[in-house]
Amino acid sequence: MKLAVWTYEGPPHVGAMRVATAMQGLHMVLHAPQGDTYADLLFTMIERRNHRPPVSYTTFQARDLGADTAGLFKSSCQDAYDRFQPQAIMVAASCTAELIQDDPGGLAETMGLPVPVIALDLPSYQRKENFGADEAFLQICRALARPMDRSAQVSCNIIGPTALGFRHRDDLAEITALLCEMGIAVNVAAPMGASPADIARMGAAHFNVLLYPETAESAARWCEKNLGQPYTKTVPLGVAATRAFIKEVRALSGSTNPVNEQRLRQPWWTASVDSTYLTGKRVFLFGDGTHVMAAARVARDEMGFEVCGMGCYNREQARPLRALAQEFGLTALITDDYLEVEAAIEATAPEMILGTQMERHIGKRLGIPCAVISAPVHVQDFPARYSPQMGFEGANVLFDTWVHPLVMGLEEHLLHMFRDDFEFHDAAGPSHHGAKAQPLPQSAPAAPAAADEGGSMPPPSAPPELDNIVWLSCAERELKKIPFFVRGKARRNTESFAQEKGLSEISVDTLYEAKAHYAR
Amino acid sequence: MSTDPTTCQSAPVLKERGQREVFCGLTGIIWLHRKMQDAFFLVVGSRTCAHLLQSAAGVMIFAEPRFGTAILEEKDLAGMADANEELDREVGRLLARRPDIRQLFLVGSCPSEVIKLDLARAAERLSVQHAPNVRVLNFSGSGIETTFTQGEDACLASMVPTLPDTQARELLLVGALPDVVEDQALDLLAQMGIGPVRCLPARRAQDAPAIGSNTVFALTQPFLGDTHAALSRRGARHIPAPFPFGAEGTMLWLNAVAAEFGIAPDVVARVTAAPRARAEKSIAAAASTLRGKRIFFMPDSQLEVPLARFLTRECGMIAVEIGTPYLHAELHGPELDLIAAGPTLSEGQDVDRQLDRVRAARPDLTVCGLGLANPLEAEGLATKWAIELVFTPVHFFEQAGDLASLFARPLRRRAALSRQHPNFLEAAE
Repeated sequence: MKLAVWTYEGPPHVGAMRVATAMQGLHMVLHAPQGDTYADLLFTMIERRNHRPPVSYTTFQARDLGADTAGLFKSSCQDAYDRFQPQAIMVAASCTAELIQDDPGGLAETMGLPVPVIALDLPSYQRKENFGADEAFLQICRALARPMDRSAQVSCNIIGPTALGFRHRDDLAEITALLCEMGIAVNVAAPMGASPADIARMGAAHFNVLLYPETAESAARWCEKNLGQPYTKTVPLGVAATRAFIKEVRALSGSTNPVNEQRLRQPWWTASVDSTYLTGKRVFLFGDGTHVMAAARVARDEMGFEVCGMGCYNREQARPLRALAQEFGLTALITDDYLEVEAAIEATAPEMILGTQMERHIGKRLGIPCAVISAPVHVQDFPARYSPQMGFEGANVLFDTWVHPLVMGLEEHLLHMFRDDFEFHDAAGPSHHGAKAQPLPQSAPAAPAAADEGGSMPPPSAPPELDNIVWLSCAERELKKIPFFVRGKARRNTESFAQEKGLSEISVDTLYEAKAHYAR
Repeated sequence: MSTDPTTCQSAPVLKERGQREVFCGLTGIIWLHRKMQDAFFLVVGSRTCAHLLQSAAGVMIFAEPRFGTAILEEKDLAGMADANEELDREVGRLLARRPDIRQLFLVGSCPSEVIKLDLARAAERLSVQHAPNVRVLNFSGSGIETTFTQGEDACLASMVPTLPDTQARELLLVGALPDVVEDQALDLLAQMGIGPVRCLPARRAQDAPAIGSNTVFALTQPFLGDTHAALSRRGARHIPAPFPFGAEGTMLWLNAVAAEFGIAPDVVARVTAAPRARAEKSIAAAASTLRGKRIFFMPDSQLEVPLARFLTRECGMIAVEIGTPYLHAELHGPELDLIAAGPTLSEGQDVDRQLDRVRAARPDLTVCGLGLANPLEAEGLATKWAIELVFTPVHFFEQAGDLASLFARPLRRRAALSRQHPNFLEAAE
């Protein structure tokens, strides 16, 4: 048993629903009690879908448990077929149905439905949403895709984009256009937009482009083994990764078409002098493994940030992420406990967070700017405009998105210069934002105070070894003159410096000695 | 109860059984934890329960989550003794971190019910362990037993047996209302000279009401059937009345309470004159948009019957179908007496068949859950999200106009966007 306040991933059947909802002509029958239909609103509200997800719920109740829940499943399955006439049916059990062990797959197979039945085994008490999506797509491919003659023209499948994915809609459009420019036809894009009939002809492609390992790596491996299709290992997030991806695709396809980089603006935007102020900004990254690993490279090599922490919530990506973190001289944070992430961010005191919607809330609480780079998603992550993360346009979008939460360069200078001018002060937040930013907490709050505020768990207080260091009031006043977006770092550096030197008090001199010590 | 054929009281009820597009009772935690400020709600369930709670409100309430989920894992399902120990440990950790908590609710879920985890015994055991600082109670919010607002009913019903005894003649208001609305109601009752008045749920554990055979209670929500039964078992007596939605509903509700306490009609008229006039004026503003429009209620919060009464009688709307998860004869009877015969009354749901009826009727406004709203809008049918009706202050005189405008807004919005709404363009082609 594990106490959870907020979760990064839903249960595995929600992952399977993301695959079913992305597709056309597929219907899913979920053996589930009343209430599990809440999952529909994720798609209709957050993603603004104009259709209900193609999912029927058996809606069993307590009184059915002693009776015939298996019969209820079969009648729901038949009703769903009769009403929706899908090309294939996918069946699964939610967490509660898993406990009553009705075996939806076995039941559906005995019904003699005239379409393929794809049974999913989703261990709800062990695995999570990404597993569910990956597993559902794998089983769909296994059931429907067969080896066949390759297309005459070099073609590929794009696999991975699902419903409710972070910018999947626009990434798919961007990469499709890039491949087209390279002279490579897209045979099938799946799951997004594909029908079971499309899955059946996936074998005609020469190779697969794997956009999101979280949702389609198992299918990519299966296709490699059973359809003889190699797949791309580079995720084209950022300029360097997009160029590496193009190189990889050329090797797989033999394409020699030049790719026009004229619309790629990000390298000049970061090189131009206005961006100097981004140099060495300390950023903390958290999200799914794929987006975090790519964002870490972009942050360091393309934006000139300093990556001061990184982690992911999906254990499936722990190994490569740990290796990358080591390369950055960091220890990766692998956890799905939101409170642990919050504690790590508070302890690191970064100048910016690149995270998920959960970290956006952490940033709001701690007064740290945050840009969203990964699922879990919220309604804001489905903009009306075209806004890919991948490819060259994606690199442009990353620059804009990551710079937006920060105080602008010249404004930052002026804030340093005027410090506590009563009309022009840092607590007002970046001038291009409407809302007022919260300054960082002045001191590590004690647990009871946090309880009074009503937080579910008190925020972690300062590390205990620092408790015996006292800020003299003059030093405390001086610290407050430092703009809020660097104040947290200054406090932390000064305390570490004092601790290193064995000081028990921090004076104004200590503050500036620490500043000189950490100068870069 | 009348059997007047001109009202819905005697209308046949279409009973449906099939897929239900509704929340489970756990959803009630989202407003209950805001109402009871020293209570924590610990769901014993699965990742699905945790995901529902953070998704249901549409936003994550990061500021003050006084709820959480103890997620059952594979090893908990293997042996029961183990699961109890794990629960005790998690509760211990939670209470150590939250010393301000005075009431802890262990909330049963579908998985905990199916594996027959005995949360009643766990609550007893934990109550002894954590006495006197924390009282531990339990109720079920599971989808196999409860629909949406029934979670609040189950929660309040679980509190009734623990309330102290009294022989005092007191009025008890039952139902979780926003504090501002509750204060308005208490003020009106005080002006009429009715008191003392207690509330269930109380805002804090120390203010919990006492009950006994001299207690009379009035319900402010139409979904509190089990709580009604539990209070009756303790000897308290219910004051039957329509629910305080709209100017008329509020007036009838206050009249019933005043009559019980022998308050003279001229006192009631004097106290209510000004707020009632304000309510009627503000309802009239919204009613100009609503008059003559046809409305279809999908079953959701059990507020459907009283809201249909309000919208048909005070806003001039025409009800096509009034769907409700459960039709509680005793609680909803006074409402059905007031609704003119005509609309289909349905109980339970088979969502695909009901959507067929919506499409055939093409109502001007459909009240439905969040999962159905955008798909219906895309078909050109205006909708009102039912969940807003439980999250927004809508009771009593001062909110009556707000309640009416919740229904008027989707219609006004469509009118405002009519030049570019996708459905109007399609129709024009």
